[in-house]
Amino acid sequence: MSRHVVAPVSEIPPGGRKVVEAAGKRIVVFNLDGEFFALLDRCPHQGSQLSGGILCGLTQSDEPGHYRFSRAGEFVRCPWHQWEFDIRTGKSWFDPRRTKVRPFPAGVAEGSELVEGPYTAETIPVRVEEAYVVVEA
Amino acid sequence: MNLVRPIASYGKPAAATLGLVDVDIHPRVRDLSEFRPFVSDADWHRLTTYGIHARHGFAKGYPFPKAAPLACRRDAWPPGGGPPASDLPFLQEQLLDRYGLDVGVLNPLQPSGQGDVNDGLSIALTSAVNDWQIEHWLRHEPRLRGSIVVPYEDGPAAAAEIRKRAGDPRFCQVFLLSRTCEPLGRRRYWPIYEAAAEVGLPVGIHAFGYSGHAMTSTGWPSFYVEEVQEHATSAQAQVASMVVEGVFERFPGLNVVMIECGFGWMPSLAWRLDGAWKRLRDEVPHLTRAPSEIMREHVFVSTQPIEEPERPEHLLDAMEWIGWDRILFASDYPHWDFDDPRMAIPSFIPEEKRAAIYGGNANRIYRFR
Repeated sequence: MSRHVVAPVSEIPPGGRKVVEAAGKRIVVFNLDGEFFALLDRCPHQGSQLSGGILCGLTQSDEPGHYRFSRAGEFVRCPWHQWEFDIRTGKSWFDPRRTKVRPFPAGVAEGSELVEGPYTAETIPVRVEEAYVVVEA
Repeated sequence: MNLVRPIASYGKPAAATLGLVDVDIHPRVRDLSEFRPFVSDADWHRLTTYGIHARHGFAKGYPFPKAAPLACRRDAWPPGGGPPASDLPFLQEQLLDRYGLDVGVLNPLQPSGQGDVNDGLSIALTSAVNDWQIEHWLRHEPRLRGSIVVPYEDGPAAAAEIRKRAGDPRFCQVFLLSRTCEPLGRRRYWPIYEAAAEVGLPVGIHAFGYSGHAMTSTGWPSFYVEEVQEHATSAQAQVASMVVEGVFERFPGLNVVMIECGFGWMPSLAWRLDGAWKRLRDEVPHLTRAPSEIMREHVFVSTQPIEEPERPEHLLDAMEWIGWDRILFASDYPHWDFDDPRMAIPSFIPEEKRAAIYGGNANRIYRFR
């Protein structure tokens, strides 16, 4: 596993996403309120691209007629069969034991750190002070 | 800069050695004006002034939410605009070419005029839909076949439309919906079967439609989850009616394909019908053979959405009972519950049986080869 610079932070605003390629894999990077998470862009059910799905939250109910909504925008819903995956963990919410998207570690590193790495030629433009999004894949 | 390469060609499933046939594709008009060349001035006036009214009360839109806009995959909206499956080049790219389909069967849903409360408009619009299939799809893409959309609540008018289209080999079946005003075995629908048998086309019965009745026999359900599973019960009512009323006794050459209705219910329906028939056959003397025998001779089913029991052998048992030669692959493109051909037919099904499901069976019943 190696580190790949995939975008400046500013390119993926909170609530935003970007499809990137690293180590030959299609990966979708999400920004949840400043925290970055990356998922393989392939639904484990039938292979659709999760990056085309809408974001949703968690609706829970203890009994009919009472609903609690939380974690708005922290789940991605597959554009085909509506499977929902927790962006933080890759776990599907309906059946977390069986269906799981492969999560990739994603984080933010300062641009100045990245200049030294092997990725700089293409991925770090002039804005050296900017923070860049990095995925490990 | 991070560049994302397009996904490489998906290709045909390896097990589709007898060809890949998709028996459930739903083309849609970009907007109603695409029908204009095929309807009279009077019908166009009627359509644009008074509109289409399904038999489910005078409400606009669907009675239940559809999981996604227009019940479609979110990636199926053509980049050039228009609703999903309204654009031939995009359908070719996303479905026909991507999976290597040999044949795709068009099953136009609304707006199609089927089951409309206005019988005259239903007759005019369904015929326009057939002209539209030819002009917008079949003329340009030989891999596609059409379905003869008929105003099924008017038996004689539907029969006339079937006979009008029968000489065109690009149409491969007669198209009905599963929710009708009366059970489909009733004699008011027999002109449809007479015409279909006469011209040698199967009758496809696709889930949905609006009958004017509540969607369950005990009233209106609350949720879309309930609506989608209800197809199994309306399909059972239709198959039972056609078998018990003697449709297949009267028209022995007739075949029906239950599309998007599931099939796990087939064995239990047949067992219950057989049990009742053995005891009560004096009530239906025209029914000279066991219902199960008739079903396994005249009824075909499609795969999507396939039942997914926890134990694979339960699915295999149901398919075995129905007959490996009677199950047809369907994708339901472009709807949200689309089945990817490479993933939809479980690999625990033996390979030669998967080949039959992918293409062999459809080629035989629709005479594609």
